[in-house]
Amino acid sequence: MKEVKFTVSSNVEIALNTWKMVLKGDTSAIKGSGQFVEISLPGFFLRRPISVNDATEGTLTLVYKVVGKGTDMMSGLSEGATLDILTGLGHGFHPEACATDALLLGGGVGTAPLYLLARELIAAGKAVTVVLGFNKSEEAMLVEDFKALGARVEIATMDGSLGTKGFVTDILAKGGIQYDHFYGCGPLPMLKAVCAGIEGKGEISLEERMGCGCGICYGCTCHTTEGPRRVCADGPVFDKEVIVW
Amino acid sequence: MVTEVNLCGVRLANPVVPASGTFGFGLEMAGEYDINVLGGISLKGTTREARFGNECPRIAECPDGMINSVGLQNPGIDVLTSQKLPALRKVYSGAIIANISGFAPDEYRECCAKASAAPEVDIIEVNISCPNVHGGGLAFGTSAKAAAEITAIAKEVSDKPVFIKLSPNVTDIVEIARACEDAGADGLTLINTLLGMRIDIARRRPVVANRYGGFSGRAVFPVALRMVNQVAHACHIPVMGCGGVASAEDVIEMMMAGATAVQVGAENLRNPYVCKQIIEDLPGVMERLHIDDINEIIATV
Repeated sequence: MKEVKFTVSSNVEIALNTWKMVLKGDTSAIKGSGQFVEISLPGFFLRRPISVNDATEGTLTLVYKVVGKGTDMMSGLSEGATLDILTGLGHGFHPEACATDALLLGGGVGTAPLYLLARELIAAGKAVTVVLGFNKSEEAMLVEDFKALGARVEIATMDGSLGTKGFVTDILAKGGIQYDHFYGCGPLPMLKAVCAGIEGKGEISLEERMGCGCGICYGCTCHTTEGPRRVCADGPVFDKEVIVW
Repeated sequence: MVTEVNLCGVRLANPVVPASGTFGFGLEMAGEYDINVLGGISLKGTTREARFGNECPRIAECPDGMINSVGLQNPGIDVLTSQKLPALRKVYSGAIIANISGFAPDEYRECCAKASAAPEVDIIEVNISCPNVHGGGLAFGTSAKAAAEITAIAKEVSDKPVFIKLSPNVTDIVEIARACEDAGADGLTLINTLLGMRIDIARRRPVVANRYGGFSGRAVFPVALRMVNQVAHACHIPVMGCGGVASAEDVIEMMMAGATAVQVGAENLRNPYVCKQIIEDLPGVMERLHIDDINEIIATV
């Protein structure tokens, strides 16, 4: 964990109510995909936990959905704005757990942290298939970014306006995707449905309303087969097998 | 310049103590900065058996504060004494305050006895004011008779100083404080959180799954200050002031109101480094206010 002052270098709407913010600052505490940051916003008591979409030396990219007053304020920030951010929070994905073929499953803005994961996997020579689910085509995000990395992308939308009509699980049900390890991030009902039907080993990223984001308040605890675990500090990424739904 | 304070014979290098429930079991932050700067640490509330606590969501944002309904998640007193306390003592030499909660007098008796027997524990803080569990905690803290009963039990089994942590959710906090003092309490901690609520107006339901939760953060500071002031002038035992403290100036203000030590709670959740920063700021603020010895300001207002 590291508290860092970042400067916004761009902040644009990339899909319906979904924004991509690129920030400049010290990213050294961010160890890999699946971690998150906590953003302090003026006028709000608690920080906002946002997943890391991408991180390189000196540049942090966040993709976030406007769901409340805090994220609404974030969407209004322009180039040059400064933000106090706690970086390098949580335990992320394990790209090394994949032998040859990875399956990445994203739902809505849960797609965001899968980008850095895909980049890590492809850099390590793994084949990556990304299956994304959205309500409608206007909400689809990062599709071209995944393709640019060299990932195969399949999309499901609830209204059928893009890709397969239905859920991520409907694409999985069709079969034909080769993978030895899967990674998921999205709304809880989606993750639950995925984990109920999917074969093989994998890990998912949970989200919860958080207090501290760094393991001291026990405000975001989930049930696991190993007992109560803090989503912020023990997770947010957990092995599929340990989650108690 | 003197920042050391004395709580019933336990010396704290400075009056700053992270409050129970906002600093885990101390070890969580040990990797982030040298926690030995802290005057003391009040550990997460502990019960006889391990508890999951309430379902999530447990947290709600409020203006200048927050609501929590964690509900006393903890690994149980035996894990505290066998694992958490020895691990913390290895890296922390300051005052360790074990915070004990329960659902029945016997549970308080057993947990206080075990905490007292633990060599790492310097002070026992008995929580009779948790608003987040049904049938326990707060039920003992809203009646002078029950508060006195739990105090007497804790004192009976404890060799360590016993502080009773009081609830602000009462008609007359002085009456409860006096009942605890009369029953033998060595000190008092106040205030615990104020019972509160937020509603998600889009979903038309409470934000926290447990419906209500404890409200804390900067917004409660004036309430905490007032209650500390009332209790400090009515009782003759030391008070640890708690509620909305966010700066070295707040620490001074809380001590002028009557606190001998000052706990920092919800602020840790927005700024995990705040206790360290307050301790660093304290000498400068004292100098500016011409305070040579921090003890000279206690209960001067």
